[in-house]
Amino acid sequence: MDRGRWRSGLRPGEGSQVTKPTPGPVAPLVVTARGLTKTFSTRSGPVTALGGFDLDVADGEFVSILGPSGCGKTTTLSIIGGLVPASSGEVTVLGKRVTSPVTDTGIVFQRDLLLPWRTVLANVLLQGEIRRLPMAEQADRARALLQQVGLEGFENKLPQELSGGMRQRVAICRALVHNPPILLMDEPFGALDAMTRDQMNLDIQRVWHASRKTVLFVTHSIIEAVFLSDRVVVMSPRPGTVRADVAIDLPRPRQLAIREDAVFTRYTRHIREMFQQMGLLREEV
Amino acid sequence: MNRTSVYPVLTLAVMGVLWEVAVRLLDIPLYLIPAPSDIWVASLQNFDTLMAHSWITLGEIMAGFALSIAIGLPLAIAIVYSRVFEQILYPLVVACQSVPKIAVAPLFVVWLGFGTVPKVLVAFLVAFFPVVIFSVIGLESADREMLQLVRSMGARQWDVFAKVRFPNAMPSIFGGLKVAITLAVIGAIVGEFVGSNAGLGYLLMVATGNLDTPVLFAAIVYLTLMGVVLFYAVDFVGRLVMPWYSTSKGVEPAGAIT
Repeated sequence: MDRGRWRSGLRPGEGSQVTKPTPGPVAPLVVTARGLTKTFSTRSGPVTALGGFDLDVADGEFVSILGPSGCGKTTTLSIIGGLVPASSGEVTVLGKRVTSPVTDTGIVFQRDLLLPWRTVLANVLLQGEIRRLPMAEQADRARALLQQVGLEGFENKLPQELSGGMRQRVAICRALVHNPPILLMDEPFGALDAMTRDQMNLDIQRVWHASRKTVLFVTHSIIEAVFLSDRVVVMSPRPGTVRADVAIDLPRPRQLAIREDAVFTRYTRHIREMFQQMGLLREEV
Repeated sequence: MNRTSVYPVLTLAVMGVLWEVAVRLLDIPLYLIPAPSDIWVASLQNFDTLMAHSWITLGEIMAGFALSIAIGLPLAIAIVYSRVFEQILYPLVVACQSVPKIAVAPLFVVWLGFGTVPKVLVAFLVAFFPVVIFSVIGLESADREMLQLVRSMGARQWDVFAKVRFPNAMPSIFGGLKVAITLAVIGAIVGEFVGSNAGLGYLLMVATGNLDTPVLFAAIVYLTLMGVVLFYAVDFVGRLVMPWYSTSKGVEPAGAIT
């Protein structure tokens, strides 16, 4: 994987609030996870959602966590973000061990989680308000981000006046407005229709190109994962572990047409076959 | 006038006409059931008296209602935020609700006399329960993921409360206030029944004693109107402070998917 290709000269001009470790010959690890397990107690006894999960994510990398429903993808992301404690194992983010919610992140959930009483702009500004950031600068950034995702002129609308895709864009702007080094996305486009989803994939790629953040992206769509990622981490069914770590070596920026490309389909076929080997996607003729 | 307000007014008018006709045809004595026209005449003849007593009752209702918010809301916040408060206060609040307020009202008269204070207390006692319960439900209903999200922003307790929990609870709180205001009306009247020398409840007792049924009915009409106006006043304030909530029903999303 030729990572240097994407780094040279592509650093954003904007000042990052968190000083990243100086990149050495090897890209520094932003996220590490070692032996993560998670057991939930349910009425019908304990359920092991996660059965030993390991992950390393380098600075500026776009990594997807791909797996079937219920394999613990969301749990993994929640543990990495410090939102949920692991039953065992250890996570570090930016070199610090995670024991409480990590604040160096921007998070996008499957639901947009916009506050219905706040306008679009005020929803984006929630991030800066809570972090006690200088608000004039935050407002400028928020407006610029909203413009970038095509929501110029909607700043003063209420969330309920927007469509699902537009609302999710606002949520993405809220996750980016404080310029976090890490973006955690939990099936952010899962609730959107196929067309909107394609558009969002393009948008998120563009935003990532402009900012070069480290992204952890949870999805159950093989195509989405291959299209967006530098690496696709394939998870096994419950209890979730890493089944494979597939480096996606496709040129960027990627266009939607690349999905019909032979190289692209080789990746998707490879991953699909893995799921079939795991006993998922049974085909009967 | 729009459709939704035309129908109840129309129904009321038809019922009034039927009532008037029935009383006239069946020749029902005035002290049993007065016709709407008799009530109208009585309420005009006694307008000053009725208004004077209305103001007194209104004052008691408002004081009791205000007290139920001033005490109920902080109590609800304490119950939601503190385990100890929840374990100690919640059962007490529920037990308090189970005490028949009408039975306690005479006690207030014994302790506090025939003035305004015992009426305010009864109004407060009946109104405060829904305020507490609805506020607790509202404050506890904050979305789990939303709370996680603001924690990832490094939110302090106060931020979580002021920016997420409290605004999120507002529709529920106002639901409680609407129930509370109608109960406060009942509470004030009950207080006046037990022992008083002023107010619409007092007027009702006097009119009953004199078999002055038209005035009795007129007082009931005044009370009803007061209850309706107060309810819609609370509703109006709710719409004013939560414009996002009243418009959240029946608004089409703007624009296309992109």
